[in-house]
Amino acid sequence: MELLSGGEMLVRALHESGVEYIYGYPGGSLLHVYDALYKQSAVKHVLVRHEQAAAHMADGYARATGKPGVVMVTSGPGATNTITGIATAYTDSIPMVVISGQVMSYLVGDDAFQETDMLGLSRPIVKHSFAVRRPEDIPEIVAKAFHIASTGRPGPVVIDIPKDMTMPNERYEYVYPKKVKLRSYTPPQRGHSGQIKKAVELLLKAKRPVIYAGGGVIIDGSSDKLRALVDRLDFPCTNTLMGLGSYPGTGERFVGMLGMHGTYEANMVMHHSDVVLAIGARFDDRVTNATSKFCPDAKIIHIDIDPSCISKTIIVDVPIVGPVGNVLDEMMALLDESNEVPDAEAIASWWKQINEWRQRHAMRYEKNDSQLMKPQEVIEAIWTATKGDAYVTSDVGQHQMFAAQYYKFDKPNRWINSGGLGTMGFGFPAAMGVKMNFPDEMVVCVTGEGSIQMNIQELSTCLQYGIPVKILCLNNGSLGMVRQWQDMNYEGRHSHSYMESLPDFIRLVEAYGHVGIRVTERDQLPQALEDTFGKYNDRLVFLDVAVDPEEHVYPMQVPQGSMRDMWLSKTERT
Amino acid sequence: MRHIISILLENEPGALSRVVGLFAQRGYNIETLTVAPTEDKTLSRLTMTTTGDDRKIEQITKQLNKLIEVVKLVDLSEGPHIERELMLIKVKAVGAQRAEIKRTADIFRGQIVDVSASVYTIQLTGTSDKLEAFIEAIGAGCVLETVRTGVSGISRGEKILSL
Repeated sequence: MELLSGGEMLVRALHESGVEYIYGYPGGSLLHVYDALYKQSAVKHVLVRHEQAAAHMADGYARATGKPGVVMVTSGPGATNTITGIATAYTDSIPMVVISGQVMSYLVGDDAFQETDMLGLSRPIVKHSFAVRRPEDIPEIVAKAFHIASTGRPGPVVIDIPKDMTMPNERYEYVYPKKVKLRSYTPPQRGHSGQIKKAVELLLKAKRPVIYAGGGVIIDGSSDKLRALVDRLDFPCTNTLMGLGSYPGTGERFVGMLGMHGTYEANMVMHHSDVVLAIGARFDDRVTNATSKFCPDAKIIHIDIDPSCISKTIIVDVPIVGPVGNVLDEMMALLDESNEVPDAEAIASWWKQINEWRQRHAMRYEKNDSQLMKPQEVIEAIWTATKGDAYVTSDVGQHQMFAAQYYKFDKPNRWINSGGLGTMGFGFPAAMGVKMNFPDEMVVCVTGEGSIQMNIQELSTCLQYGIPVKILCLNNGSLGMVRQWQDMNYEGRHSHSYMESLPDFIRLVEAYGHVGIRVTERDQLPQALEDTFGKYNDRLVFLDVAVDPEEHVYPMQVPQGSMRDMWLSKTERT
Repeated sequence: MRHIISILLENEPGALSRVVGLFAQRGYNIETLTVAPTEDKTLSRLTMTTTGDDRKIEQITKQLNKLIEVVKLVDLSEGPHIERELMLIKVKAVGAQRAEIKRTADIFRGQIVDVSASVYTIQLTGTSDKLEAFIEAIGAGCVLETVRTGVSGISRGEKILSL
């Protein structure tokens, strides 16, 4: 029988749960735990410069690997600083375990130093949370937390640990449970066969079908199955912002991202379809536009592991609750058994129509005659420079949409962005989390001069741990997406959407010990990219690229319209 | 429409706040709420009444089911069921009113559980409608204080809500 202190049990249990890195920041309530961390080497700790970044690093790691990211912060401000990061992970269904210190249990409720009600604060943005009440429960709680975070529809789980649960001189028997038992938590293991059969029948009868795949496909690790289904049926496929990479971005059957800034053809395909197969997507308001006008002629099949996602915003005809991969397997098996095939003639004429829509080239943009670049061409250049194979994280705003539109992701887990919550400051720490776990891969953070300043302090962490991410800052000197809306809806009144007194980013990153390259003219970009991935490959490089501040993101859906109602440029509407 | 949602909940600290928080967070309305441990001390039974169209109630039940501590859930109003609410009500009772209030309480099968020179405290059990009918019958003007437990409910017949 092995006797361990609470702090030691926590660290050991994390190790047994498969944790290699913890992203965190120490403080009073966690000192016993940090002492336990010091005395071992199996679990490595990364010291961030702000706790929000710890959560985003863990999140980036989780999105790239599919495994839960782990955050450790002290009570009070340490805990509250993670809230944005937890909410970001929650909205995008990302597995994460957050360990927050707490004041001594006998002080809870007394407004003690650095006390906050972390369970209360985080309750609406966690999948579940635990408070440790007996030190000997720690291993079981950790095992449960990882189980809950990573199964079903994944999400963040908080474990709040009062300091007196980790006392170094109080030792208990350590037992890590072999199997986690939770009588009230049983995520679905397979879809309903009858419903799957109905769905396949509907797909085989479809004349204008579309497959609309979201982040759930990537989370379930079922991109290969999606590809097989799309290719077998010869149906067009569109991806949500979260689903990019689940179907190859350069694939012939890919019609692009859909929704507010989706491609013309994707939105047209959706609007005119007669059967929509939605897979691991949640009919977000940034996808559907006005729900009353959404896909007026379509029968909708919806596969999702979370029953509450089904018929939440859009009523569906064939709901299937289950894991994406399992349901797709069953669909393929039914297609194999069936004597029927899709209506080849109808599908051919559907493709003819889709190709006509593609001819409109709604994603074209005009390059400036001057040397001032358009943001789109910078993204295209980075796509070429990285051979389309980088892990790309982004912040939030115009640069995010340009990256989603112009970087063609052929693999899943490569596009890492805060899709649901829209968290500025996410991209850089997320890139760090990815790079630490994939040191040989190219990791690029596409950001703007607004977003990057929300977590720029992490340049220091990158120096400490040698994390050579590449930061591509599309610098237009203003909060581009806010400015775009002000141009379109507020007669160009740029209320607080410009950035005065920007720092000299080059000198700033140099002060942090990294490489900065400023690009103000088109001709400078090729050399800058060559240096970034060539002679500075093992350094953090900050590319500060000046881009046209007048540029807008198009297409853009017209508010309260149907999916086909779009602005295609400043002057052109569907 | 009014629904009675009955939940078996893990009897743990914080479980109730998750249920209540969910309603606040998603803009659902709780009309009544009552909760107490069951014969199995690890479980609480929680009954709440809420209103909404079918779609809203479906979302409410799905969201509640997602809470880890919610072990089982049933919408009692979907089938035959018994519902009861208990009310303690203090009324002004002086002069001729005293006899009249006593008679009304008898008609409603209420009991006078405390008496003072000018006040009756009456205990009444029944559906929410019945409790309201009683208040109407004695006249809101003589009511000094009311306290209601909120609705408790159980299915009729063989159907049970248990593990």
